[in-house]
Amino acid sequence: MYFLCLILFCIGLYCVARKRNIIKIIIGLGIMEYAVNLFFILLGYRTQGRAPILSKNQEILNMVDPLPQAIVLTTIVIGLALMAVVVSLAVRIYEKYGTFDITKIRRLRG
Amino acid sequence: MKFIPFFVIIPLAAAFLIALLGKWIRRFPEILSTLIAFVLLALSLNTIKPVIRFGTLVYKMGGWPQPLGISLVIDGLSIFVLVLINLIAFLTLLYAFGYIKKFTEVWKFYSLFMLMLAGLNGVVVSADFFNFYIFLEVASIAAYCLVAFGIAAEDLEAAFKYAVMGSLASLFILLGIGIIYSYASSLNMADVALILADKPNVILIGFVSVLFLVGFSLKAALVPFHAWLPDAHSSAPTPVSAMLSGVVIKVLGVYTLARIFFNVLGVSNKLLFVLMILGILSMVIGAILAIIQNDTKRMFAYSSISQIGYIVFALGIGTPLAILGALFHLFNHAVFKSLLFLNAGAIEEASGTRQLSKLGGLNVKLPVTGWTSLVGAMSISGIPPLGGFWSKFIIIFAAVQAGYISFAIIAVIVSIITLAYYLKFQTFAFWGKPMVNFGLVKDITFSMKLATVILALICIFSGLLLCPGLKDFLYSAANVLSSPLNYKFSALLAP
Repeated sequence: MYFLCLILFCIGLYCVARKRNIIKIIIGLGIMEYAVNLFFILLGYRTQGRAPILSKNQEILNMVDPLPQAIVLTTIVIGLALMAVVVSLAVRIYEKYGTFDITKIRRLRG
Repeated sequence: MKFIPFFVIIPLAAAFLIALLGKWIRRFPEILSTLIAFVLLALSLNTIKPVIRFGTLVYKMGGWPQPLGISLVIDGLSIFVLVLINLIAFLTLLYAFGYIKKFTEVWKFYSLFMLMLAGLNGVVVSADFFNFYIFLEVASIAAYCLVAFGIAAEDLEAAFKYAVMGSLASLFILLGIGIIYSYASSLNMADVALILADKPNVILIGFVSVLFLVGFSLKAALVPFHAWLPDAHSSAPTPVSAMLSGVVIKVLGVYTLARIFFNVLGVSNKLLFVLMILGILSMVIGAILAIIQNDTKRMFAYSSISQIGYIVFALGIGTPLAILGALFHLFNHAVFKSLLFLNAGAIEEASGTRQLSKLGGLNVKLPVTGWTSLVGAMSISGIPPLGGFWSKFIIIFAAVQAGYISFAIIAVIVSIITLAYYLKFQTFAFWGKPMVNFGLVKDITFSMKLATVILALICIFSGLLLCPGLKDFLYSAANVLSSPLNYKFSALLAP
């Protein structure tokens, strides 16, 4: 399972590094972010575990680790902010240049 | 130590207030944010003394005991960087007073700037990995927006490049944090350091080191990862480029690199060697690319890469003297590079162009800008009485002492190239024959002059940080890095 996460991460990395379309680069970033989130969730997972809620009359033997879940929630929020920024940049870039192709968006050189 | 969270709370609240009220009340964003930056500067200067006396100050959020709860820690290194951040932020905001009028929707600029300041302060004070990551992202996202603030086509392109590279770096760092958590089951930095020292795992540490190295080198723009920096730093509004070049790449790149590698993961000889090679590469390539530039801001951006190379090279040498030199150079570079960027902005404001070939003879019209940038240029190229000389001297001396004589010679040669391109800047912009449209050049406003003059004075006198009486400030910062065990125990045991 961890291995699959790593593969997903590499797919995202490939997408960011090799694709020429801005939207595809953004999707690549999204894929990488989900790969990392999935990795965190897997870290906290126990087979047959249950939610770690403290109650008076039952004893909890096998529970999942709650910390990665809290972390993933925060990471999703950060990812949302990042996506909003990047997508609005992409919209503005399309307005100015009329294209999504990064090989044509090259006014800065040197 | 009750006041530590205020380093984050105050700018965060200011950002909120500015976003709420800034649109309706005239001059409110400018005055509030400059005031806030001044308060933060005073607070951080005031913290120097207790830090030097007690070593480490800890604030436990919600009163939870240390390895479990979230804690904020200030030690010698943190306070050193905090003073630097708030000093440069205050002076750039002072400068922005006169500069920012040409933009519309000024309150958005100040709100984002305060968010970035909160993020930077947060990175420095947080003592656990996850908060560290969150503040890193807060600072970076605010920085992406600020680079695109002018919304010209070039600004957007640069901001997009910066955003993609920056978030790639953040994801690498987050993956590294995940792997560390899976091994150590703890996120507190001091606790993780103790666990890793107890049961070392070479393969895991190696893998995590590579992830962190890629992430932080992207943020610090070391040479194979530098492509975004010249675009972002030359397209941003001037106060932002001064802040980005002076503080952001250092806090998000160099400080984090030093803190995590030297204090938490522990350094090996291989890692130090990699750092040294990265530093030398950035030094040489940055300087060579800087000398062929015609755009002032772009030249300064490449020069930033080159100077960051010096700092990382000195960290890579790894002896206590070299670390002292690295931190001292970090301070000096923040001061003179923001001075030079502010002056480049002043030239653009006054004459309407950034192309060196179109400028000339400005010393008559802009005497303050001319003389202060002369001071900055002399300091960055290491002319003796100024601050830049002492830090470069310490770095080169430490390199020779540690036996890397060929690298020391390269560092000296790069310093000469630096002098060459700053002389090029001075001759083309301030000396020589007057430019076309010379009559149209107008003088800059008072706040811009004041900020650059203060920075130039700090440049001249920063060599005094090595004097007895003031040297504790620098030495306590260097001690944190050169004796890593110190951090682990003092951060956990401090009351």
